[in-house]
Amino acid sequence: MTPRRVALLKGGPSLERQVSLRSAARVEDALERLGVDFVSIDVGRSLVDDLRASAADVAFVALHGRGGEDGTVQELLEIVGMPYTGSGVLACMRCMDKVLTKHMLLEEGLPTPDFFAFSEIAFKELGAGEALPAIEERLGFPVVVKPAAQGSALGIKFARSAADVPEALIAAFSYDDRVLLERHVQGRELAVSLLEDEDGVRALPVVEAIPEQEYFYDFEARYEIGKTEFLCPAELPDDVASRAHDLAVSVFRLLGCYGFARVDMILSDDDELQVLEAQAIPGLTDTSLLPQAAEAAGIRFEQLVEKMLDQALARKAAPATAG
Amino acid sequence: MVPLDEGPTHLKDRHQTTSHEIERYAGLFAKRTRHMRSSAMRDLMEITARPDVISLAGGLPDTSSFPPETFAAITDKIARRSCASALQYGPTEGFTQTKECIVEVMAAEGMRADIDDIVVTTGGQQAIDLVTKTLIDPGDVVICEAPTYPGAVPTFCSYEADVIQIEMDSEGMRVDLLEETLARLDREKRRPKFIYTVPTFQNPAGVTLSAPRRSRLVEIARERELLVLEDNPYGLLRYEGEPLPPLHALDGGEYVIYLGTFSKILSPGLRLGWVTAPGPVLSKIKLGKQAADLCSSSLTQQFVELYFEEGRWRRYVQDLCGIYRQRRDAMLDALAEFFPREAEWTQPGGGLFIWATLPDFIDTGDLLAKALREEHVAFVPGSAAYVDGRGGSSMRLNFSGADVDGIVEGVRRIGKVVNEQIALFSTFAGPERRTETDRRAPETQPAPPEDAAPLADVVELPRRGGERRAQGS
Repeated sequence: MTPRRVALLKGGPSLERQVSLRSAARVEDALERLGVDFVSIDVGRSLVDDLRASAADVAFVALHGRGGEDGTVQELLEIVGMPYTGSGVLACMRCMDKVLTKHMLLEEGLPTPDFFAFSEIAFKELGAGEALPAIEERLGFPVVVKPAAQGSALGIKFARSAADVPEALIAAFSYDDRVLLERHVQGRELAVSLLEDEDGVRALPVVEAIPEQEYFYDFEARYEIGKTEFLCPAELPDDVASRAHDLAVSVFRLLGCYGFARVDMILSDDDELQVLEAQAIPGLTDTSLLPQAAEAAGIRFEQLVEKMLDQALARKAAPATAG
Repeated sequence: MVPLDEGPTHLKDRHQTTSHEIERYAGLFAKRTRHMRSSAMRDLMEITARPDVISLAGGLPDTSSFPPETFAAITDKIARRSCASALQYGPTEGFTQTKECIVEVMAAEGMRADIDDIVVTTGGQQAIDLVTKTLIDPGDVVICEAPTYPGAVPTFCSYEADVIQIEMDSEGMRVDLLEETLARLDREKRRPKFIYTVPTFQNPAGVTLSAPRRSRLVEIARERELLVLEDNPYGLLRYEGEPLPPLHALDGGEYVIYLGTFSKILSPGLRLGWVTAPGPVLSKIKLGKQAADLCSSSLTQQFVELYFEEGRWRRYVQDLCGIYRQRRDAMLDALAEFFPREAEWTQPGGGLFIWATLPDFIDTGDLLAKALREEHVAFVPGSAAYVDGRGGSSMRLNFSGADVDGIVEGVRRIGKVVNEQIALFSTFAGPERRTETDRRAPETQPAPPEDAAPLADVVELPRRGGERRAQGS
């Protein structure tokens, strides 16, 4: 199914605007190579008008972070009645909110590191500060402090001792009004990308991110060429790779994702897989993991873009049950 | 020499980037690119350009104060008088007439320079680059202030310099700490190549090196046969007090390399600065410039020449000083009104910047994300002015780029997010933790009372954190 005209949604006001612009630039190249007519829209106040004026029959959502990846833009696309790439409103909300994701994982019995989540209100109005020592004791150090809703590792801090926790909380609360404190699991960082087509969801080869710096694969490393080494496919025993694939597919289904997604996990030193989070709209930049995984599976970037569009148009024909 | 016509830059049939190619490119990168720092912060800084953001981040002069009719008259004159040569390559060291203007600007600050000692550069930034290129091998030591001009950091890093930063106080760089550091380097058999300093209305701290320290710095350079790179973009933007002699004037240009620019007194869009240096150094700089860009713009050099012919440049600088003085005062008043008691800031007698320091538990990089997200306001996080991760709780605020209303509103918004974080922090502290946070809390110095004596030319640069911040490197 070939779209007549694609509205490519990019940019927007989120903190990940630049990442989105880099993703979109690659998609624009791919669309040109595919000979698909498209119009790029830097999303802003006039989005609804821009969508209506675009005369497009499908939207490619190359947005990351707040607004673009959290269900907001998806909701508007539903209202305008334009099919779009990737997950629907509800799945986007579930992925964007790490706390919600983790609660769903727990309920389903899927592995995820121990955690506690707090809102700013809990501290300001309910005295949550008094609970911190008990939490620290239960999670042990180092503890990872994360904003509930922020991609790209912005605002994620390691607290190595109790003295580091308040500062880490302040940093995380700079990005969201809810944060989580998570047990740090020592191990290898794996990312499993998923791609759906008419035959169902399939997991692409596992990518391992090996940071140069100690401890952590930060925002900077994530997007700068040569800062983090990526191994794709990751060198894993077959059974581990297969467990990672199965786990990722379970997460994809649990959250109600559609079309594609990426599930980040840790392979702990004692060989357990633990899910950290899921990305509803993983990056498509030159250094992003989904395109690398696709390539390892023999899917070139423009084929990937084509598949994403196909799925979007297929959903129009038969609405997905979840999300 | 003449680039081939590469056609439109948006050419879309360039072939696909694959992860294999990324690896290949990464394998081709020079080692020094590892030292070229790039960051998430840069991504955030790009958001600051959004039209709905009040930016106190840039260092932008107010070019809207330049009369368009003057601009038109000058370009018209160029068209009639020297069209062909304005469109032509020029001498590497710059046009003699432009250098005569430079001699005039330097004289206005009490310096004597010979036109043969001057090389016109593409902005002051190129002068920093050329000096570093000329003097630094990987691992060589460059000494600079802490904090230092954020734009110099990537330059030093790209030549793989070992950058050592010297603390400042209200009188600028602590020359006693400089001497200690030099002695230590001696013992370690490391010889610094040059000391980079912005002695007057420093970027980012806004402080000025005192007269005794100026003399002592020049003596040290002479005794040790060390070069000093004096970067002086703001000397003429003085809003009160008497000027101090530039290091170049004290030393006569023997050990001082002097760097000036038209960016802040005329226009940064002209991309014109200059450097004067001892003869042998200048010859190398000239060769370096030839390799870098052959020559600076002939067109804008002629613009400067004709503008100076009209003799109004001093008046224009006075006009700018009037505008910026008012904006600085508005920012200082707004800081006193909207920033919390725990914050401190400098009170510059000139230049474009105020340096504010918040309690240690606030990382201004993260705070910028909150400020952009919730309040649509931007500043430069302090860590950009350090090579070693310090400066995390400081920020640079610019008062030349926004008008008075924008400045007041911008400071109000930043004050709001800072106050929110301080209030939130206080809720984290349980009884046993409170002792911990108290120990970590800064010794606060109250903000200056509103009826304070007239602002001194040089005022206290807030320092905090005792040992950690007091170390020279």
